[in-house]
Amino acid sequence: MSDMSSSRSSGFDRRAFMAGAAGSALAPMTARAAAQEARAPVAQDPALPVDVTLRVNGQDKRLSLDARTTVLDALREHLKLTGSKKGCDHGQCGACTVLIGDRRVVSCLTLALAAEGQEITTIEGLATSDRLHPMQQAFIDNDAFQCGYCTPGQIMSAIACVKEGHAGTDADIREYMSGNICRCAAYPNIVAAVKQAAPEIMKG
Amino acid sequence: MRPFSFQRATDPDMALQALSAAAAANDPLTQATAQPLAGGTTLIDLMKLDVMRPAAILDINPLALSWSAIEPGAETLRLGALAKMSDVAAHDEIQRNYPVIANSLKLAASAQLRNMATLGGNVMQRTRCSYFRDVSYENCNKRNPGSGCAAMDGVNRMHAVLGTSDQCIATYPGDFAQALIALDATVEVTGKSGTRSMPFAELHKAPGNTPEIETTLQPGELISAFLISGRWPRSVYLKARDRQSYEFALSSAAVALDVQDGTIRDARVALGGVATVPWRAREAEAQLKGQKFDDGLAQRAADAAFADARGRRHNSFKIALGKRVVVRALQQAVTMEI
Repeated sequence: MSDMSSSRSSGFDRRAFMAGAAGSALAPMTARAAAQEARAPVAQDPALPVDVTLRVNGQDKRLSLDARTTVLDALREHLKLTGSKKGCDHGQCGACTVLIGDRRVVSCLTLALAAEGQEITTIEGLATSDRLHPMQQAFIDNDAFQCGYCTPGQIMSAIACVKEGHAGTDADIREYMSGNICRCAAYPNIVAAVKQAAPEIMKG
Repeated sequence: MRPFSFQRATDPDMALQALSAAAAANDPLTQATAQPLAGGTTLIDLMKLDVMRPAAILDINPLALSWSAIEPGAETLRLGALAKMSDVAAHDEIQRNYPVIANSLKLAASAQLRNMATLGGNVMQRTRCSYFRDVSYENCNKRNPGSGCAAMDGVNRMHAVLGTSDQCIATYPGDFAQALIALDATVEVTGKSGTRSMPFAELHKAPGNTPEIETTLQPGELISAFLISGRWPRSVYLKARDRQSYEFALSSAAVALDVQDGTIRDARVALGGVATVPWRAREAEAQLKGQKFDDGLAQRAADAAFADARGRRHNSFKIALGKRVVVRALQQAVTMEI
């Protein structure tokens, strides 16, 4: 697990990942409170990795990260959760959208260290073992993607859009989904998908 | 991104001490060694671009416990500096009594960014000048004082026509600040030695000969709140841009009117997307005050607002566009039902 200390070259290896044999950089944290208590707000040596516990999809993940690591890189490069996509890496495209608490944010502009102690939900955390989330199902039903690269971000954003109460009209959906760019321009179908899923999501 | 140390603030005193300790006396705030991290939507972006290079990051989000309240009082509206843009935009009383504030926030950025960005960080956001953001251009007086300005004779379609100098024509990119300056807001600043208040209009500095100095804040000071006196239900934020959503303004107008029996008792006009700083158009206000509204009056106010505007090769269209935005914002404000 020597790669835990390096976020710039995390040693992410797609083949190893696919084989399910990646040198996992995560260890389940049994005592979450203890980990948070241990986080004293003391200035760090920039050359040293920082211990941090991220709560992702309901599980505590203990990591040792370069302070520069964003939530997006922590997810993709350290936790092997590659559903959240890196499009622009500057907060412009929305492909990296995740929920922190109940809010949609761009994970590429969120430092992992600043996200400690908060609930992070990614696309991987939506489905139950036998059932897709209604928004995932709606994207399939409405053919709301072509290449699919923006889709995880679109779905995370769309769920929040509905819960915020901004999915009442097509115009509202378009306005409040404008932070998610789709270069295949599947927008009409995305609007249809959000409309289909909205009532079911609001029912809870 | 360059390496930095990361520290989480526990309370305001600790935050202010940490920021002041790292502050060298002569550094402009924007180049200070230690930078506060709130939403991070400007700071992390500019650090990735190597435009901002802090050696220390102080996460001030824990201060939200005391600095994020939205308090619409009978006399004064108080907005905590760490309130999120989305929360203020969605607040019933802000929408009802200060539509210019609610809409300036709602029309900015994207839903994700508004969930992250705070009010204090929003007014401190840096220009979107493409030469400022691209370090492969050496000549940027804002980034490298004294190096020149690549935008002056470059692609300057997005640049400012008001408040410019021969050193810098970078546009102030925000929206909310226009609402604040139009409503005569006060900004509350907290530093190591206590809290001070000043008119919001005194926060930003026009570039002049020192484009690297963007505000009157000192290193070690944080914005803690914004205060607005009175209520402005007859107010509008109108934003013209290249796309319908999720884009910076080419030209915008914040307008607030007090109209009684058909006469404009008070008028506030501020301009965005066209100036180097949040821009109060007092000449336009002077045209409007005490007058009965008609389209001719709106046009005279708009002409007055842009009387001193100076276009360059690619951005002169902003003068004509900006006047039309002012006229339409005034028309909308006069006719809105309150």
